[in-house]
Amino acid sequence: MIYNIPFIAVVAMIFIGLFAVLFKRNLVKIVIGISIIESGVNLFLITLGYREGGVAPIFTSAPSEVVKNAPGSMVLPVPQALTLTSIVIGVAVLALMLSLIMHIYEHYGTLDVRKIRGPEE
Amino acid sequence: MSQMSKIVRTQSNIIFPFIMIFGLYVIAHGHLTPGGGFQGGAVVASGCIMLLVAYSSAWVLEKIKVSRLSVFESLGALGFIGVAFFGLIFGGWFFNNFLVRNGILFNVVPETGSTLSNFNTAGVLPLMNFAVGVKVIAGLFVIVLVMGYASSLKEWKQ
Amino acid sequence: MNWFELITLHSPPLIVAVPLLAAFLTPLVSKINDTVRNLFVLIMLSITGLLVLILGYDVLTNGIRVYVFGGGAPLPSGMNIPVRIMFEIDSMTIFMVIITIILALISILYSWSFMKDKDGLDKYYTIILLLVTSIFGMELTGDLFNFFVFLEISCITSCALIAFYVNKKESLDAAFKYIVISSIGALFILFAIGLLYAQYNALNMATIANAIQFTFFDKIVLVLLITGLAMKSGLAPMHMWLPDAYSRSPASVTFILVGATLAGLYGSLRVIFTIYGNQLLNTGFTFYPGLIIGIIVTALGVLSIFIGVFMALKRSDFKKMIAYTAVAEIGYMFLAIGSYLIGLALSVPDNPQMLIAGTYALKGGLFHILNDALDIGLLFLVAGAVYYATKQTSLNSLGGLARNMKYTTIFFLIGLLAVSGMPPMNGFASKLLIYQSTYQISPILSIIAIICSIMLLAVFVKVFQSIFLGPEIPSLKNVKEVPKSMLAAMALVACIIIFIGLFPNIIIDNLVTPAAEALQNTTTYISTIVGGT
Repeated sequence: MIYNIPFIAVVAMIFIGLFAVLFKRNLVKIVIGISIIESGVNLFLITLGYREGGVAPIFTSAPSEVVKNAPGSMVLPVPQALTLTSIVIGVAVLALMLSLIMHIYEHYGTLDVRKIRGPEE
Repeated sequence: MSQMSKIVRTQSNIIFPFIMIFGLYVIAHGHLTPGGGFQGGAVVASGCIMLLVAYSSAWVLEKIKVSRLSVFESLGALGFIGVAFFGLIFGGWFFNNFLVRNGILFNVVPETGSTLSNFNTAGVLPLMNFAVGVKVIAGLFVIVLVMGYASSLKEWKQ
Repeated sequence: MNWFELITLHSPPLIVAVPLLAAFLTPLVSKINDTVRNLFVLIMLSITGLLVLILGYDVLTNGIRVYVFGGGAPLPSGMNIPVRIMFEIDSMTIFMVIITIILALISILYSWSFMKDKDGLDKYYTIILLLVTSIFGMELTGDLFNFFVFLEISCITSCALIAFYVNKKESLDAAFKYIVISSIGALFILFAIGLLYAQYNALNMATIANAIQFTFFDKIVLVLLITGLAMKSGLAPMHMWLPDAYSRSPASVTFILVGATLAGLYGSLRVIFTIYGNQLLNTGFTFYPGLIIGIIVTALGVLSIFIGVFMALKRSDFKKMIAYTAVAEIGYMFLAIGSYLIGLALSVPDNPQMLIAGTYALKGGLFHILNDALDIGLLFLVAGAVYYATKQTSLNSLGGLARNMKYTTIFFLIGLLAVSGMPPMNGFASKLLIYQSTYQISPILSIIAIICSIMLLAVFVKVFQSIFLGPEIPSLKNVKEVPKSMLAAMALVACIIIFIGLFPNIIIDNLVTPAAEALQNTTTYISTIVGGT
């Protein structure tokens, strides 16, 4: 049961993030909601790779009884690489969204989503 | 934004070399310990941003031009894709690791099992780590520098 | 091996790497001169076009091919799961890659003089080359996480290009909407890829297709993947970003954005036909999962056609009408794919007529991808030319432009006939295939499709009359014809449209039929990598 707690946390984070994106009015809160969803998905990717009793997958500094049956007692390294790529992409998307918010504030004077509309024609 | 007080500026002057050395250590040992290009580059960039916060962005922009940092960033990107093309020319396949057994620089293959970490291993990976690290430092620093400059241009309406 | 075979062997990564190298070299080249930079970008894309032609000729005559990054065999010695990143190229891939390189070359040719007097142009060319790289990467790859990375690159770069007019406030609003919807869709796709990796311990498309069973988690993954990719390609009800983003960006940017949208459609085709091919296309089950997916996709397609056509009727902004037409055309493509799945499922208790109709629907849908990209693209280029000459896009303030801009009028007439499916143009060939095949599956679908197509003709004839014909407005008395490079780009697209319209058999026999067969036949795709044991 205790090994299911990260998965419950993942689902909670994704739902909180979706709630913030759908129901909040401030633009910065929408961006924070997207950041929370992304943290939830990254946590899910890392939790996939856990094996019970595993050590960190650094091959040249592993204790010797781990090396004897190496593939069975190390944590999977591939999801860690996937998570790293996802964090880098998240940083780039966040920087882009914040620059757009700065420009929008300079033009419209407000950060309320309901007041920012283009010309409806 | 204006400059912070003299105590903060002096402290950031003292701490900045340590942060930079630690970040370069994380970049350089990417093939042995956790870390690598992006992680170490983010550490060094956060050290540079600490300097940006202590001295104001207007002051830093007088010393460093954005166009020169863009050249730095392009050189990092060209290094990465250039090493990939060298893999095609020297090794026969794109992204091939052509330095790992019979190259000049990083050509030792460590034996499997628990040994001492050897810096001279893993072929083309440290070169790619350096290229990516340079690009990330320049890229993240330019992002925050331009954001700080843009926010000091106009008076914000409340 | 001689030179030609060497280039053919290494061309899959070079098609992705040459625009990437050009994108990183452009900031350095643009310090010299402006014309040198434009020529450099054009030459690099022409080299990529040459590589596409060489690879296409080889794949269409010799069959499927695989490229392993880092060299060696797909299965390294001692392992039985393919662990390297691979590009796998079959006929469907070649079809999409040819469409993309045509779109990219014409867009760069058009933006030579459309963007001449704006600043920030070196960043514009860099980001367009990165967008072209990401679209090629999405179409060539055979690895799911690689597809996700290229998808995210295309989201970020196209958002930066939509917000190119930073002085106007509408472009920023459209770009923000686009990046929020795209990044949430991409995060759903990443979640689904994580679930697939947890079950089958592989990220390669062929390995997953070989080992997939339709468990409970696989159904969740299918729904998440189709939703995320439909968000990217603008299917209703996830189409909200498409009219704003297409209409408020520069015209040459919209031309490549159409390519990015179609790459999302290609991704959903790969998911339905290749990864889930053994489950969805297998008619030996007692209940048909393919039937349920087919019904849902067809329903969403019909909804897109309705929303696109009826919202285009009441607009008075020139570019927004064309953008809503683009939503309707995406609906046509999804309708064709859904009809194939329904036809396949209904053909099991010995009714092979349905299968033949379904295959024609699939060919019509694939042919419509090519035609739609060219037609909607030509209309957007004409809209850009009108904006360049008169600086306005609203129908209320334009009129009588045919006196001064003769060539633009002719090109708009060609685009109008092509979009609504009139005979001498290419839209007629693909829409006729869709009408014929969906009539046999269910007559109601075909009637809806024909009526909406006729209403598109009504919309665009009204637009044509109010912009180009009619009395002359005094404030627009001295508009001049647009510069030669924009005219050359539009003429090239119009020539391709008329050529495909007059000889559709050449394209259907050589490009569309191998692509449809490659989609239906999943065993070739799998056995090239996993091995025929």
